[in-house]
Amino acid sequence: MSKFPNSSLAISAAGGTALLLGVAYGVSTNGYGEDRIATLQTSLDEARAAFTAQSAETGDLEAALGDLKAATVAQMAELRAAAAQQAESAERQIAALQAQLQSVPSGAAQPTAEPMTAESGQPLNLGRAALPEEIAAWDVDVLPDGRGLPGGSGDVLTGEEVFTEKCASCHGDFAEGRDNWPVLAGGFDTLADEDPVKTVGSYWPYLSTVWDYVHRSMPFGNAGTLSDDEVYAITAYILFSNDVVDEDFTLSQATFSNVTLGNVDGFVVDDRDEVEYAQWHAEPCMANCKATAATITRKSTDVGVTPADDGSMAESFMEQQLAALGGVEWGKERVAGSVHMGEGGVAEDEPVAQVANAEAPVAIKDADAPDPALMAAGEKAFRRCKSCHSVGEGARNKTGPHLNGVLGRTIGGLDGFRYSNAFQSAADAGQVWDNESLAAFLANPKAYLQGTKMSFAGLKSEADIEAVTEYLRSFGG
Amino acid sequence: MSNKTTTRRGILRGALAGSAAAIAGRAAANPDPLITETQDWAIYTGDPVDATPYGLPIRFEADVIRRNVPWLTADPISSINFTPIHALDGTITPQGCAFERHHSGAIELAKENYRLMINGLVDQPLVFTYEDLERFPRENHVYFCECAANTGMEWAGAQLNGVQFTHGMIHNMEYTGIPLRALLNEAGLGAAGDLADKWVYVEGADASSNGRSIPMEKALDDVLVAFKANGEALRKEHGYPVRLVVPGWEGNLWVKWLRRIEVTDMAVESREETSKYTDVLADGTARKWTWVMDAKSVITSPSPQQPITHGTGPLVITGLAWSGHGQITRVDVSKDGGMSWETARLGRQGDSKALTRFYLDTEWNGEPWLLQARAIDETGYVQPTKDQLRDVRGENSVYHNNGIQTWALAADGRAENVEVS
Repeated sequence: MSKFPNSSLAISAAGGTALLLGVAYGVSTNGYGEDRIATLQTSLDEARAAFTAQSAETGDLEAALGDLKAATVAQMAELRAAAAQQAESAERQIAALQAQLQSVPSGAAQPTAEPMTAESGQPLNLGRAALPEEIAAWDVDVLPDGRGLPGGSGDVLTGEEVFTEKCASCHGDFAEGRDNWPVLAGGFDTLADEDPVKTVGSYWPYLSTVWDYVHRSMPFGNAGTLSDDEVYAITAYILFSNDVVDEDFTLSQATFSNVTLGNVDGFVVDDRDEVEYAQWHAEPCMANCKATAATITRKSTDVGVTPADDGSMAESFMEQQLAALGGVEWGKERVAGSVHMGEGGVAEDEPVAQVANAEAPVAIKDADAPDPALMAAGEKAFRRCKSCHSVGEGARNKTGPHLNGVLGRTIGGLDGFRYSNAFQSAADAGQVWDNESLAAFLANPKAYLQGTKMSFAGLKSEADIEAVTEYLRSFGG
Repeated sequence: MSNKTTTRRGILRGALAGSAAAIAGRAAANPDPLITETQDWAIYTGDPVDATPYGLPIRFEADVIRRNVPWLTADPISSINFTPIHALDGTITPQGCAFERHHSGAIELAKENYRLMINGLVDQPLVFTYEDLERFPRENHVYFCECAANTGMEWAGAQLNGVQFTHGMIHNMEYTGIPLRALLNEAGLGAAGDLADKWVYVEGADASSNGRSIPMEKALDDVLVAFKANGEALRKEHGYPVRLVVPGWEGNLWVKWLRRIEVTDMAVESREETSKYTDVLADGTARKWTWVMDAKSVITSPSPQQPITHGTGPLVITGLAWSGHGQITRVDVSKDGGMSWETARLGRQGDSKALTRFYLDTEWNGEPWLLQARAIDETGYVQPTKDQLRDVRGENSVYHNNGIQTWALAADGRAENVEVS
C-alpha cells in the first residue's frame, strides 16, 4: 500500500478499530490512554529518583535527565491529544447511537438487536488476506497529490499519435469532441456562460483525475488496455490541447506536481445547508400565496422533444424542431443553448436544456455586406472552428488565436498567442494570410504548415473554404 | 391523517348528500354483455402452472416499461432510462421496470466469479467471495435511489412531457444486505487512526470502473452492501450480484458490481466526483460533494401520460414524495399553480429515505387546474419552487433539480408539463 506509507500512528495502537464499533470499548480505549500516561509518569518519577541518586557522580546524567524529561513530556502530550480525540470520537459515537435509537419507531418492524458486528465489534474471521499482487492489480486509483502514479512517462508528440489512433474517433483530433461525445479541450472562461463548456482545461480541478480516468476507463469499449506510458502521453497531449503545457512537455511522476489545472480553485464543498436550507424551512403558505393568479409561462409541448410511446418519434420530433430553428442537425452540431447529457464512453449525465431557446445568430445586412447566403454558409461551417477560435466583438485567444482581422495578418503574428514552431517560422519569413494561403491551410492544415498544433483535419469542401474565408473577412482584414 | 378535506368520513358525507343524483346518473341504457353473455374466460381453461416459470406482467400492461430518451446521450451503452412511475402505485418499484444507468453497459458477473476487496488504511486487507458475504448478519431496508440528474433536463424550462421522463430516474426497493461497517470492522480500522477525516473509496467491476469517495462517517452509518432487492437477486442492470446502497444520497454513489472498498486519507477526486456530479452555479464556480438528495415530490396521476379519462366527479390525485434527509412528514397539493394548497393523505407513514405515496381524494368539475405537489420532510425542509432554485443556483446546473413540478390539466382531462408564474 504505497499510497499510505505512514499509516502507523500512535492512535492506532490504542484500538481505533474498536472505537467506532462500540461506545463502551471507545471509552475504555480512552482509559487505556490514561493508563499509558500514568505508566509514563511512573517511569519518569523512577528515572528522576535514579538520576537524583546518581547526580553527584556526573553532570552528564543531569543533561540526560533533561532530555528524557522533555521526550517523556512530549510523549505524554501526544497521548493526551490522542486520548482527547478518542474521547471526542466516542462522544460522537454515543450521540450517533442515541440518535439511531431515537429514530427507531417503537413497535416498527425494525431489527430489535443490532447485528453482532456492529454491537460487539468482534470480527467474524470471514474472507481471506488479500495478496500484494491482488492489491496491485486492482488498487490503481491515483490521488490528487499523485500518490498511486506508476513509473513511466509520455510526451506531447507521442501523445498526439496515440490520441489520434485511440481517442480521436470520439473526442476529435484535437480533443474537441465529436457528436455528443465529450469535449476535452477549450471552453475557457465559459463556466459562467449560458452554455458552459466543461473540459479538462476549463473545468477539471485535478490532473490526477485525467490520468486515473484514462488509465482505468478508456478507451470506451477497450478499457484498461493502455500502457502506463501511453496514459502519460495521452494525458500530456490533453494538457497541451488545453494550453496547460508546451509541446516539448513530458509527463511523469517527476513532472506531475508541476502541473496545476486552471479550475483547481473553482469548487466549493456543498454549502446547501448554509445557503439554501434556512430559506426553505419556513412554515409553508397555504392560502393566497401569490399576489396574482398563476399563469403558464412555459410549455413542454412548445419544445416537442418527448419520445412517443414506441420511442420512434424522438428523432423526427427533434428534426422538426431543429428545422424550425434554422436547420441545425442534431447530434452533428452542438446546438446553442443545449447541454448534452451523454457521451458514450464517459458516462455523462448532462441533460439537454431547452432547445427552444436555440436561435441561430442572424447576419446583419447592410449595403457593403458580402453575399448573405455565403456569409450564412460561412458562419455554419465556422461552427467546427468555434470551440478554439473566436471572432467578433470581445474575441480573444482560446485554444487557437482569435481570428479578427486574420486576412492580411502575418502568419503566426498575433502578439500574446503561443504559436507552434511551424507558425513562428512562417512569421519569421514574413508570410501573410491571404485568400490563397488560408485556402491551402484550411484544406489540409498539417500539410500546409507541418508541425502546427492545430490538428483539425481540414475542410473537405471548397465551398466551405470559400464561405469560411468570406465569413472571416467580415471580421476585418 | 386528520385533515378536514380528505378524511374518509368527509368523503362518505359528500357521497351521501349527492346519492339521489348519483343513482340517476348511474342508470345504464342497456345490459352489459360482459355480464349478460358468458365470456370465453368463463368457459375455457386458462394457462397451466409453469406456463411462465418466472412470470412477467400480463400483456395488457406491456406499455408499463422503462423508456429511453435517445437524444440525451451519444450511446445507449453509457446512458439512462426512466421508470414508468406514471403507471405504478404504492411505493415499491418492481426491479424489471426500475430505471437503469450504465457507464459502460450492464455486465454479466456470476456469483462464483465475484470478489470484493477491502484495502487501503485497514489492519488486514481482505478478499471476500459472494458466499462470505452471505455469512455476515443481514438487514432489510427500503430506500429510494435517485439519479442526481433526475429532472435535470428541466433546469432551463419545461421540456419533457411525461412524469416518466421528468422524474423517472428513481426507484425504491427493499434491500437485503450487510452494513458496510461490518466489512470495515472485519478488515480493522486501527490503521486508519482518527476516522473523522478518512474516506472510503468504492469502485465497480465493470469497464467504466465507476468509483466514488464516501466520507467515513456515512460509511459507518447506514451504507449497505446489498445483494437482494425486493426479495430476489439484484438484476444484472442493477449490479448483480452485489451493489452498494447509499441511503438518501445520489444514485451515482450506489456503485454496481461493487468490487473494491479502499480506506483513504483523502477523497480520490475521481472523474465522477469532479468533472461530473458537480453543480455549476451562475457565477461559474461549482459545488462539489453534493451527495444528499433534497426533499422532492411529484404528482404521478393525473399527469401527461396519465390523463383523466373518466370525466368529472371523484378523482384520485396521487404521487410520490421522498427526501434524502429522512422521513416525509407531509405533502401538500395545489390545483391553482401554488396560490392555495391542501394537505394530502399519506398512503402510510413513509420510511426514512424511501418513497412515500400520497393521495388527494377530490372532485374534479372539468375546470382547468395547475397541479402541483410540495413535500416537507422531518427536518422541516420544504420543497422549493423551480424559480427559487434558479434564483440561488442559476440555470447552468444539471443535477439536484428538486423544484416543484406543475401539470396543466385541461378541460378534456389531458395534462401537460408547464411552468407557471
